[in-house]
Amino acid sequence: MTTEATSSPAPKTPAPGSMSAQEKKNAREDRGGVRGWYGRQPKIVRIVLGVVFAALAFLLPYVGEIPLLGPQIVTQGIDWPSALFNMSYYVLLALGLNVVVGFAGLLDLGYVGFFAVGAYTVALLSSPDSVLRTEWGWLAAVPIGLAVAMLSGLVLGYPTLRLRGDYLAIVTLGFAEIIRIVATSTETLRGDRGFSDIPHPPGEFSDGKPIFGVADAIPYYWLGLAVIILVIFAVRNLDNSRVGRSWLAIREDQEAAEIMGVRTIKYKLWAFAIGAFIGGLGGVMFAGQQGFMNSQTFILQFSILVLAGVVMGGSGNIAGAILGGALISYIPDRLRGIEDPIWHTDLFGFRFAIFGAVIIAIMIFRPQGLIPSRRRAMELKDREKEVAPIE
Amino acid sequence: MRQVLVRAIGGLAVIGLIAGAAACNSDSGSDDTASGNCGYKLAYFGALTGSSANLGVNIEQGFELAINQYNTKKGSDCITVAKFDSQGEPGVAPGVARNLVADKKILAVVGPPFSGESEAAVPIFEAAGIPSVSPSATRVSLTANGWKTFHRAVANDDAQGPAAGNYIKNVMKAQKVFVANDQSAYGAGLSEVVEKTLGSAVIGKDKTEADGKQTDFSALVQKVVSSQATVLFYGGYYQNAGLIRKALTSAGWKGTMVGGDGMKDVGLAKAAGNGPATGTIVTCPCSPPEKAGGTFVADYKAKWNVDAGTYSDVAFDAANMLLQGIDAGNTTTEKLNTYLSTAEYKGIANTYKFTDKGELDPNYIKVWTFKFDPTGNQIADQEVPTA
Amino acid sequence: MNFSGLIQDFGPLTITGLAQGAIIALFALGYTLVYGVLRLINFAHSEVFLIGSYACLVVWGFFGLDQNSATPNVMSVIGLLLLGLVVAIVFSGLTALGVELVAYRPLRKRNAPPLAFLITAIGASLFISETVGVMTQRNIKGVPPLIQPRDVFVIGNMHVTNLQILIIVLALVSMFLLDRFINRSRLGRGIRAVAQNPDSAALMGVNKSRVISLVFLLGGLMAGIAAVMYDLKIGVTRFDAGFLLGIEAFTAAVLGGIGNLRGALLGGLLLGLLQNYAASLFGTEWLHAASFVLLVLILLVRPTGLLGESLGRARA
Repeated sequence: MTTEATSSPAPKTPAPGSMSAQEKKNAREDRGGVRGWYGRQPKIVRIVLGVVFAALAFLLPYVGEIPLLGPQIVTQGIDWPSALFNMSYYVLLALGLNVVVGFAGLLDLGYVGFFAVGAYTVALLSSPDSVLRTEWGWLAAVPIGLAVAMLSGLVLGYPTLRLRGDYLAIVTLGFAEIIRIVATSTETLRGDRGFSDIPHPPGEFSDGKPIFGVADAIPYYWLGLAVIILVIFAVRNLDNSRVGRSWLAIREDQEAAEIMGVRTIKYKLWAFAIGAFIGGLGGVMFAGQQGFMNSQTFILQFSILVLAGVVMGGSGNIAGAILGGALISYIPDRLRGIEDPIWHTDLFGFRFAIFGAVIIAIMIFRPQGLIPSRRRAMELKDREKEVAPIE
Repeated sequence: MRQVLVRAIGGLAVIGLIAGAAACNSDSGSDDTASGNCGYKLAYFGALTGSSANLGVNIEQGFELAINQYNTKKGSDCITVAKFDSQGEPGVAPGVARNLVADKKILAVVGPPFSGESEAAVPIFEAAGIPSVSPSATRVSLTANGWKTFHRAVANDDAQGPAAGNYIKNVMKAQKVFVANDQSAYGAGLSEVVEKTLGSAVIGKDKTEADGKQTDFSALVQKVVSSQATVLFYGGYYQNAGLIRKALTSAGWKGTMVGGDGMKDVGLAKAAGNGPATGTIVTCPCSPPEKAGGTFVADYKAKWNVDAGTYSDVAFDAANMLLQGIDAGNTTTEKLNTYLSTAEYKGIANTYKFTDKGELDPNYIKVWTFKFDPTGNQIADQEVPTA
Repeated sequence: MNFSGLIQDFGPLTITGLAQGAIIALFALGYTLVYGVLRLINFAHSEVFLIGSYACLVVWGFFGLDQNSATPNVMSVIGLLLLGLVVAIVFSGLTALGVELVAYRPLRKRNAPPLAFLITAIGASLFISETVGVMTQRNIKGVPPLIQPRDVFVIGNMHVTNLQILIIVLALVSMFLLDRFINRSRLGRGIRAVAQNPDSAALMGVNKSRVISLVFLLGGLMAGIAAVMYDLKIGVTRFDAGFLLGIEAFTAAVLGGIGNLRGALLGGLLLGLLQNYAASLFGTEWLHAASFVLLVLILLVRPTGLLGESLGRARA
């Protein structure tokens, strides 16, 4: 009994994965708490609430203006709009990784690899430092970057189809490390020297100043947010489609799914490709905002952090992934420039240590994540029934 | 029920932790004292945490020492130190840089230490018109970006590389040299120039991963030993260099290791042990601090309880140069930038004057070699020509 | 590619590779033991190693030893080595138990999903290594030269030093003892029983909780030994040393067949050798890439590693 999902008196808990539309609706409405209330509202109210929520997200850069509460929220040691932009690509990565890990149940420890592929493709096509010397605009390079990222997802996915669980984890980790080492050690990818003058996204204000300049990060954040909203819609629809149900079946029991006629290979590859696509999306955004990038950005800890975010938020749940992705970027940034109350030293040196402790605390108190997936919560309940308590 | 309670308390604890920390934000004092050219800030921008933090800390401490001494001399907290931690990562740098430029009391920046983060952060300083003086970003191409506010108080790789090569060729008279680097922008750039200078004396090449990414250098050591080289030039930083030096000694190699200013740090002797480190040669585009006659070395040790490291002295000079400008009444970023483009400042490590691109004036570039002595100190050896 | 270099240096590369591989193998045991019993990647194991690598240095520091001390006489070296080993083992073991207690046990009680364990492990790893990082100001710490490498015998251009022999022998002996313990002792039988089938084992009266603690402890002990060997071989430790070598050790464990003790030994040695050969052939910068390429290739042919997962099966 660990989640709010189970605190409501659910008389008929449908078996996960076998819900008809009506049952799903019931399940949504049977729930207590905020999410249950939300589920009970008519569609129009839910749409309005969604729009209001999105609008509030767009206004986040100005949250510092709110008296009392605002200054507690904004980051001190890092420019707040920049911190928001950082959060936006972490959220994108978390959304993508959630497809791979949360939906399809494929444990991927090297997700940053796709982020790198997307960013590098854009850099290669657009930076004057590139051997290609194409110097395309950012927007022109984006589709290619996304296509290459997606392709790299298939390239990674195909040979690893046979592998399960933790073996998959180490192989994906290996892939990401190989990508990083190749980026560091080959002349074409310029290693630590990196690519400079990667063009920013296009667009000008009426006075001729570029919308996406270097000094102000708010436009980048808004762009990121818009992309996130699109991705949310796409991922939601996928999850509720045939593809999503196949993922669920694979995650729960691959053999059974196969026997029931789910083409596991096809849908696993789908998961990898879509995950890679979204990761690549994060990468092209990053390259466009940054203007400069080199191989130092794509370290392993990055993928591990994003995974931590997805699971912390609630693996398999879109809202959870968003919250988790935002938190892994926000907590360390927020701890910059803060004094500890006892010894009055700046906390920034400790911020990852504190972050580690926060991760442990969240997972212990909410093993399902902060916003657990409905289906996952039911699985947990199932398991609690079938397994005899150990201690 | 108990579970619910525990959960609720746990949730509160997490929120409390974050909110509690938030409640005591370090306030960035808002009193303005404009008299006597005081009340302004100088910023350090660079790594203070992360895997490249130690080089950043060297620089920050040199920088902060200069400001403390200035304030003591003035008898007040005239200039405030502001620290901005970029973690040395180009991915983190822009957000931190935007935060820096939002503080209108900051007149100038000492940093960024690394070339990579400079590429990412300087455009933001440039847009805000805040002058920056980097004590250690030596990538040649940095000054080709047309930046007006970027300066570096150190010679670029093109100046140091030939000096190191000439020293190996003419002073050490080495016939067989093995060249390796850590693939950092700094190390790779430096070793390329050295290779070019040495020409046919280079009998073997290898690359390693960067500091903190690799600790086992057995294969490199074996290559050096088998090549029968008498000199190993390593383009990289002191930690890897120390580990390689130790492994070379363990493998019975008797030759000399040579490197650039990234290895001019007591950390090399710490990693290798003083015995194996003895005799290691490092070049540095700086003059020995003891030549300047100041008390920098002792002051630094007294203040921070550690020895001054790589670039501590350059950062100290850069800060003092800026302080002198502020003292002379250049209390806006524009004025200070103009001051930097004309001023000539004699510091402890060098004399500084910038070209219009922000490079150190070629006439003032001096490259010295330093030798590690049996106590781990780097003793000035001789000045070497850069061409 | 430098084939002539590889052939010329084959002997020396083999011996240095074996020494590094032995350390990796010892380290890998911790991953394998925990995985064998709990089916769980103990990400925090790298920090168990880290604590061991600092613990022995601190103790040697009490005797006034640092990287610049002279090598003491033989008797005191043996004494210091044993003391360092004991201290490293104790602290690594305690760290492993502590991680189990704080990060894993509460989750087990709640029947948390497997991913949750992975994430608390990551949290614990971050917490420990970053705390060490702050406390040491992220600086390196040098190791006293307790053993000056000296050639014991020379074959061609292969110089085999006393330190290399010590590392390899110590690793093999610890492995052998551990293997005997798991296969012959009563407690070892309990471990194998839980590995095979936790529920049946519980029904047969095995205290699962105690077995799990024991497994963490054993992994910690091995990591402690590996940490001392690492200190002596590399000569320096730093707050992220565990993470760095941990990835290699984990790779080795999977390579040999995670959950399989002999697999860890095989994987470790193989990895040590391969890294050296690849570094010689392609350049030192490709060392880690080579190990991952090997891993992927082997898993494609044998999806559960070279020797398969079998801590619970008849032969461990």
